[in-house]
Amino acid sequence: MKTFARALCGAVSMIAVTAAAPALAEPKAEVLHYWTSGGEAKAVQALQEAFAARGGEWVDAPVAGGGGDAQAAVLRARVLAGDPPAAVQIKGPNIQEWAEAGALGDLTAVATAQDWDKVLPEAIQNIVKYEGKYVAVPVNVHRVDWIWANPEVLAKVGAEVPTTWEEFNETADKLQAAGIIPLAHGGQPWQDATVFETVVLGIGGTDFYRKALVELDMDALGSDTMIAVFDQMRKMRGYVDPDFPGRDWNLATAMVMRGEAAMQIMGDWAKGEFAAAGKVPGVDYVCASTPSDNGYLLNSDSFAMFNVSGDDNVEGQAVLAELILGTEFQETFNLFKGSIPARTDVPRAEFDDCAIKSMDDMVAAAEGGTLLGSMAHEIAQAGAVRGAFIDVATAHFNSDMSSQDAVDQLVKAIKLAQ
Amino acid sequence: MLTRPPVKFIDRIARALPQIVVAPGFAAILYFVYGFIIWTGYISLTKSKMLPNYTLIGTRPYERLFQMDRWSVAIENLFIFGFLFVFVSVIVGCLLAVLLDQKIRAEGFIRTIYLYPMAISFIITGTAWKWIMNPSLGLEKVIRDWGWESFRFGWTVDNNLAIYALVMAAVWQASGFAMALFLSALRSVDQDIIKAASLDGASPWRIYLRIILPSMRPVFMSAMVILSHLAIKSFDLVVALTGGGPGYASTLPANFMYEMTFRRNEIAVGAASAMVMLATVAAIMVPYLYSELRGKKHV
Repeated sequence: MKTFARALCGAVSMIAVTAAAPALAEPKAEVLHYWTSGGEAKAVQALQEAFAARGGEWVDAPVAGGGGDAQAAVLRARVLAGDPPAAVQIKGPNIQEWAEAGALGDLTAVATAQDWDKVLPEAIQNIVKYEGKYVAVPVNVHRVDWIWANPEVLAKVGAEVPTTWEEFNETADKLQAAGIIPLAHGGQPWQDATVFETVVLGIGGTDFYRKALVELDMDALGSDTMIAVFDQMRKMRGYVDPDFPGRDWNLATAMVMRGEAAMQIMGDWAKGEFAAAGKVPGVDYVCASTPSDNGYLLNSDSFAMFNVSGDDNVEGQAVLAELILGTEFQETFNLFKGSIPARTDVPRAEFDDCAIKSMDDMVAAAEGGTLLGSMAHEIAQAGAVRGAFIDVATAHFNSDMSSQDAVDQLVKAIKLAQ
Repeated sequence: MLTRPPVKFIDRIARALPQIVVAPGFAAILYFVYGFIIWTGYISLTKSKMLPNYTLIGTRPYERLFQMDRWSVAIENLFIFGFLFVFVSVIVGCLLAVLLDQKIRAEGFIRTIYLYPMAISFIITGTAWKWIMNPSLGLEKVIRDWGWESFRFGWTVDNNLAIYALVMAAVWQASGFAMALFLSALRSVDQDIIKAASLDGASPWRIYLRIILPSMRPVFMSAMVILSHLAIKSFDLVVALTGGGPGYASTLPANFMYEMTFRRNEIAVGAASAMVMLATVAAIMVPYLYSELRGKKHV
């Protein structure tokens, strides 16, 4: 695959050289990404067209599959070989790690010219900045702490979408008594971790979330609050159907759509499934944030800009960065992808109610200091530490481990992973 | 005076030809297999995280490896899976071979049916068995729809049984191959001995147990070696059938290695786990090769 992609790149650039020989430093960028399906592919197409309209030459290097694992392997090989692509779709702490390795370029010039500091919430700036300099461009924001509910099913037991975890448990008990699956869930480690982090946010609150999952404070990780979190996880385990292990998240979403289950806790990519089935927000399904003290767990995709040589490549990177954070692309892309723009001043007319609620909540959370990075989706933590959290969350959820054992194991695993 | 005729250049080439032809392959194996084994061994002693880093830190990655719950689960699973997979495949394959050896009709056709699973990739096997064993759309649902309401077959969704689901799918795939090995061995047993035994009044059962099976010992050995290295490097079956789940209850060392190296930026720990796997394979292969090579010398 890799060799094929490189051969293709080679062929494309050869054609470009022969066709456009007299051109001066024409902006050029090789873009390595894993957006190859559905709305994502359309979104990339939009960026490609915008780049071409600015006279740029786009060298497309998609690596399908593995949720970015395959791409990570290609990227490593390319950087080690001294031939990095111009822009690469990476996110969260991985950006910091690459910056630390000295592989990323500096976008300060574009950022100052375009006033990025004004339009990006601080929590997002922290993700894409290294030592105060912009090294990556955020593309979108997905919110993770959502409940997707079927209002018709909830109405059967006279319930609304719960706003506290006590209410959640009461509603779930009523649903179960009525023979309805309260929580649609897919038992894959990252999905277990997604539920886990919303429970941490809800039971512990935003400060506890920051201490435990972002700062990895050992006292917080081993606290009674964490035991309460695992107690709630054990309750949630009782609210899913017995066949949940291994189920894909979109099949769980379909259970909510069909009315087999009442609610799902999942990020707003789930909206794409509802939209594809022709469901209308507020009528066929309801989106609400999971109970918490105005917390907001964000998952943000971004393009990191690598050190490249040659005027055409540097110019291409600058143009690309400007386009990606431009209001026009942020709007088009996020309408395709179902997420919301990373910058806060994009026109809202085209977005649906859930997206607008997400935008409002993000601004409010950014002001209140409750805008937090998702652990399960590689924003707060990546690599080994994230893996350790996921291991414990999924091991606890899928067995009859006691909350105390889970907490002990968590403390041990996090220490080991650091 | 007799002078030796000068060796012609072309003759020298001809004499060295075998070496020349083999050399590139030899060099490639030396570099890509043994070179990379040494590289992996070295990396497993360094502080490599996201990118390879050549600063040595001793056996720390191994210490971390053996403190990880996920790794102990993977190793335990490897023993359960490896042991059951090899023995059940050998026994089922052997039984099938003996039954097929009874001069039955359409033997070629039946043999092909049993052997075909081997031609399928583990990904396909895994996916098919995932559907068959899925409680809400597979076997369990079918039998419940037939009226046996309390029937339960949820191996893939049970923490303690998921590893046996893997064994079942793997045995389905590999026992036909074991059967083919045994069948050819059965056929190569000297017919005169068998005839002599039956003239002496030995029952067919006794002939199999006392004469034919013992004479197939080398084939048992090869079948076990081939199957056990299949077991140790199993990766795709787990990915397709259970995804390592529920939780990580059915993960195997190869999956662990992939997870650490490519997903968790823990290249050193991944390399350490690869070295442990290599040691496991060596523990099986070296005694086998040793006994094989020594045996040859005496013959």
